[in-house]
Amino acid sequence: MSEDMDDDVAKKFLYVNRKAPYGTIYALESLEVVLIGAAFEQDVSLAFLDDGVYQLIDGQKTTGIGMKNFSPTYKALGDYEVTKLYVEKESLEERGLTVDDLMDIVYEDEDDDWEEKPSIRLVSRAEMAEIMADQDVVLSF
Amino acid sequence: MSTLHTVNKSPFDRSTMASCLAHLKAGDAVLIIEDGVVGARKGTAFAATVTAAIGNAEVFVLGPDLAARGMGEDDLVDGVKIVDYDGFVDLVTKHDRTQAWL
Amino acid sequence: MKLAVLVNEGPYTHQASDSAYQFTKAALEKGHEIFRVFFYHDGVNNGTRFTVPPQDDRNLQVLWSELAAKYNLDLTVCIAAAQRRGILDEGEMKRHGKDGNNIAPGFRISGLGQLIEAGIKSERLVTFGD
Repeated sequence: MSEDMDDDVAKKFLYVNRKAPYGTIYALESLEVVLIGAAFEQDVSLAFLDDGVYQLIDGQKTTGIGMKNFSPTYKALGDYEVTKLYVEKESLEERGLTVDDLMDIVYEDEDDDWEEKPSIRLVSRAEMAEIMADQDVVLSF
Repeated sequence: MSTLHTVNKSPFDRSTMASCLAHLKAGDAVLIIEDGVVGARKGTAFAATVTAAIGNAEVFVLGPDLAARGMGEDDLVDGVKIVDYDGFVDLVTKHDRTQAWL
Repeated sequence: MKLAVLVNEGPYTHQASDSAYQFTKAALEKGHEIFRVFFYHDGVNNGTRFTVPPQDDRNLQVLWSELAAKYNLDLTVCIAAAQRRGILDEGEMKRHGKDGNNIAPGFRISGLGQLIEAGIKSERLVTFGD
C-alpha cells in the first residue's frame, strides 16, 4: 500500500460474481482479489447472482477434473473479516436451488461476544440492485 | 447517485444484458459495447426488453462497435442513443460508479 | 477526473483490450488522469513483448507501450496471474529460474494490492473483460 494514502474513510467495495466455478478461472481469481483486498480494511461485500451462486454450492468434488477445490476458502472469509456474502434469491430459484443447497458459511461477530453468525445473506433481486447502487467500487469477475 | 452499467455480450448468447437490465435503478445509464450492440437492434426478440429499460434508465450504444457490425442509427430500438469513446468517458465521469456486466 | 482501468482479457481473442485501449486513450486526450491500468486474469498477456501479429493488424502491446510512454501511464500486470501465464520480468525470471523474460516496455509486474489501491485512490474504476 502506498504511504501517501490520504483517503482514511473506507470505501465500499463490491465483488460481483456471476459465473460458475471451474469452467473459467474468474471465480478463483476473484477470490484471490478478495483475500488480498481484505488487508486494505475497506468495507467489503460479495454478491453472488446468476451462475455465480454455484460458487457457494455445497459438496464440490474436483478430483475427477484434476483441479483444486477452492470452495473451502469461502468458509475462511470470516477470518479475513469478509462477512457479507449476498446471494440473490431469484438466481437460486431459476436454477432449482435453495439456500439449503449452499455451504454453511459463518463468521464470529466481535461486536456480539464472538457469536457465530451466517455470512450468507439471502436478498431479492430488487435488494441486490440496492446493494449494487450503494457501492463506491464495483469489481466484476 | 447513479451507476453507469456496461454490457458487452449479445443477449442472444448470454443472459448478461437481461441480468443488467433487471438490476437498474432510476437514473442509471446502460452503455452497450462490443458484441452487446446486436441487442440494441430494433425488431429483435430482445427489443421489447430494451424498450422497457428505456423508461427507467438511459440506454446508449458505442457507435464504433455498432458501425463495425454493419449497423447505424436507423437500425436501433427507438430511444437508444449513440456515443463515441469520448462520450463513453463522459458517461463514466457523469455517473458515480461504473459496473461492468461481464 | 482520476480514473483507473481494469483489463481482464488478453489481446486478440476478446475485444476487451482494444476497448480498454480506446477508452484509456480517449480519457487521456480529454485531459483526465489515468491513475493506473491494471491487467488481471488473461489480461496479463497484453504485457508480453513477444507477440508478432500480422503487419496489417494492430499490435496491441505496442499501442499500450506507446501510450504509456506518451502519458507516463502506469501499466501494472498482476504478479499472481502473470506467474500462472508465463509473463516474467527479469526479477521474476531469476526468482523462478526461468531462461528468459518477456515483459514489454512500459509494463511492470506487481501485486493485486495495486488493483485495490487503484479502487481506493481513483474516482472511477472501469472494467473491460469477457
